[in-house]
Amino acid sequence: MIALEAVERRFGERVALRDVSVHVEKGQTLVVFGPNGAGKTTLLRVLAGLLRPHSGAATVLNASLPRESWKLRGKVGYVAHEPLLYRDLTPRENLRFHARLHRVAEPRIDAVLHAVGMTDRADDELTELSRGMVQRVAAARAVLHDPALLLLDEPWAGLDPAAIEMLEPVIGSASGKTRVVVTHDVAGGLSEADVTLGLRDGAGVAVGDEVAVRELYG
Amino acid sequence: MNSVLFGKRLGTLAWVTAGLLLAAMLMVFFYAPEDADQGFRQKIFYVHVPMAIVTLCGFMVAGIFAIKHLRSGDRSWDVRSYVAIHLSIMLGVGVLLTGAIWAKTAWGHWWVWDEPVLVSYLIVFLLYCCYQPLRFSIADPERQSRYASVFAITAGAFVPLNFIAVRLAEQYTHPRVLSETGGDMPGDMRLTFFVCIAAMALLFTTLWKLELTNKHTAEQLRRLRRRLEAQA
Amino acid sequence: MIATARAILRKDLTIEVRRRESVPAMVLFTVTVFVLFHFGLDRDTVEGDIATGVIWVTLLLAALLGINRLYVAERDQGGFVGMRLAPIDLTALWLAKAVALFVYLVALEIVALPAFDLLLLGPGLDGALPELLPILLLANLGVAAVGALVAALAIETRARELIVALLLLPLLVPVILAAAQATEPLLTGGQSPDDLAQWLGFLALYDVVFVLVSVAVFDFLLDE
Repeated sequence: MIALEAVERRFGERVALRDVSVHVEKGQTLVVFGPNGAGKTTLLRVLAGLLRPHSGAATVLNASLPRESWKLRGKVGYVAHEPLLYRDLTPRENLRFHARLHRVAEPRIDAVLHAVGMTDRADDELTELSRGMVQRVAAARAVLHDPALLLLDEPWAGLDPAAIEMLEPVIGSASGKTRVVVTHDVAGGLSEADVTLGLRDGAGVAVGDEVAVRELYG
Repeated sequence: MNSVLFGKRLGTLAWVTAGLLLAAMLMVFFYAPEDADQGFRQKIFYVHVPMAIVTLCGFMVAGIFAIKHLRSGDRSWDVRSYVAIHLSIMLGVGVLLTGAIWAKTAWGHWWVWDEPVLVSYLIVFLLYCCYQPLRFSIADPERQSRYASVFAITAGAFVPLNFIAVRLAEQYTHPRVLSETGGDMPGDMRLTFFVCIAAMALLFTTLWKLELTNKHTAEQLRRLRRRLEAQA
Repeated sequence: MIATARAILRKDLTIEVRRRESVPAMVLFTVTVFVLFHFGLDRDTVEGDIATGVIWVTLLLAALLGINRLYVAERDQGGFVGMRLAPIDLTALWLAKAVALFVYLVALEIVALPAFDLLLLGPGLDGALPELLPILLLANLGVAAVGALVAALAIETRARELIVALLLLPLLVPVILAAAQATEPLLTGGQSPDDLAQWLGFLALYDVVFVLVSVAVFDFLLDE
């Protein structure tokens, strides 16, 4: 599903990712650890097809990046730091907009809203919702089009246990999807990981256990 | 980028350009007749109009380079486009200055609105003045090149449209320059004029190649330096 | 592509109707500028060439307000990301924004022209209206197409609003030139301009060229 070999990505003179290699099979969960600024978000965006890798070999969902990055469109669900939702629209309107972009039928919107427990708040404006609720709508948006790959950037940050429990079957390991999760929660991350990757200053570091992960933050 | 081709023919080109420039100057001063109305001062027109024509073509050609850049992703096309625009802007200042001088000596004002080449040129110049600020306000070099190319294409399409608009406008149906030059130019004036255009075009091309060679060499140097530092 | 553009347009118009930010600001700006002109020109009425200048320059500057806001939500609220992840032709974004801007301009003119007639214009607008309409429509089209392109070009740069103004105004000179040349005879007491066809033809040419250019290059602005 994901095969990265010595991938590099620069922003001008600054190297954000250097020599990153990792393999993820279908249905597996890759957990990415690393201090702030290590390149975790950049990695997610490369995997989403949003950023072009400058060198190395990258294949995601049978699409060879960067040449075939257009093939990824519609197949990836991305939960980013920002909710990627329009503040002036209600959750339902936001989802309807994305449904139209991804050519998803109307009934699915209600199904997804129900899955994240936002059915009764679906027609309130986003500004009236708590952060946890907004995150739930963001997760709904990410899975609306039933993507093959989920990219989650600290999805549980700032959520209460009830919200986390609700989102587990949607974007957690219980969802059965291939996932790449960025997290600072060492124990939690390790427990859900099938594959792990550490990033430090953009370089890929193999991390097998808790000690190795903590060293990253060293 | 093709490293060898840049420097090689530059020498020959420079000589031919120098020769043609000399010929042009000789023709302007000794061959072309003096203008009946304006006398000797009219001769600045042999610098002003060719420079305007060449730089406007420079802008449009830069747009074509930009198209090639976007289609191929090859950054060397963007460099060619950048240098062409940069050079045209600098010579463009010359166009406006010579235009002002000519306006002053011929009609007593530093600026006249009923000269279509000059007016249309001012608008184009103002537009392209934004090119470098635009480039430098984008940090990421790849994005910078792409956005610059989009600008160069848009602005390149704009140049002819702008010229058409200005020419169509009512006041300009009797342009002073072209009624003297277009239909009624006597043979020897016309020949001098064309030689001047050719000389100016070659001058532009030589300067363009020179700057490209410069940039290329600087880039090679930077690359070598970086490689040395990496090994150290 | 059209369906996608329609979806984006619906979203934008929904937000604009709900938040009422762009169009009211443009209208308010226009009326304020009319008042400024009253004092600046020290006149109660204008006609002919001055009237033409006042109305077209004012409309153009008001358009700038709308243009500056076109992509802000997309940039700040993750719109670009969402659209780049969707299986859509990104040119639909340009189309949607251009149509939205066109709609805003029409809405603006529906208020601004009567206001102009009321506040400043000497000869009435009624006779001129049938000829004024195609001029306005074609000019709006040009402004919309180029505005949607330049706004996208400027959105990722540092001095955003400045770049939009500096880039857009020279690019729109042919539009204002053609529109003014076509409008002036209409505002000098209702005579029909002889070369209206010529100027409408030019505006149409401008529109076609810049629609084609925009469609060709827009994708490259969203790539990374």
